[in-house]
Amino acid sequence: MNQSEILAKLPYSKPFLFVDELVSISEDGIEGVYIFKPSEFYYEGHFKDRPVTPGVILTECMAQIGVVCLGIFLLKNEPIEELQIALSSHQIDFYKPVFPKEKMTVVSEKVYFRFQKLKCSVKMLNEQNELVAKGTISGMINHTSH
Amino acid sequence: MTTEQIYVKLLPIVKTYLPEDVAADEINPDSDLTGELNINSAHLVDIVLDVEDAFEVEFANEDMESLRTLNDAIAIIHKKI
Repeated sequence: MNQSEILAKLPYSKPFLFVDELVSISEDGIEGVYIFKPSEFYYEGHFKDRPVTPGVILTECMAQIGVVCLGIFLLKNEPIEELQIALSSHQIDFYKPVFPKEKMTVVSEKVYFRFQKLKCSVKMLNEQNELVAKGTISGMINHTSH
Repeated sequence: MTTEQIYVKLLPIVKTYLPEDVAADEINPDSDLTGELNINSAHLVDIVLDVEDAFEVEFANEDMESLRTLNDAIAIIHKKI
């Protein structure tokens, strides 16, 4: 499965799609990028007159690239009619703020994928290759086939 | 291992994943793990992974599908050890 096939199966759209492109993918992990556009809806209120990307949005970006895109790849042998995903837990530490226009790289390593639960160790790096956030994210990934 | 011995070893694993609104004394061998004890599907996987380590067994997808209660877990473990 190539990157455009994975992106086509993502169940998100604007304004809540936080994946621009996948850089590499394997059974063990994935790397992808997202540029935080200045027009994103939450900058208007977070914060008043001082736009900073909310931590929950960074977490979402890490989950979409690091867990959901990887999960779709890992399900590649199964016919995916309808993808069912749910975030089950996350623990993320943040190290640096992310401002509008910044391009972030998400690197995720699979810890395990068993009984539909995918647990990953995920980090986010900025363009200077500095650590912005890291932690673990788990999700349940299931599919129905007709 | 007797059923009782398995139960004693299994109980603390399940207790770890009980949500705060469920008391440990609500657990009995026939409690439905997700329906009655309110354990979510992700923690059910955690329980199985911990059980695999504790009893040195491996659960198959069919085992997971038949796992509803502690008694089900005990029956699966019995078959495998």
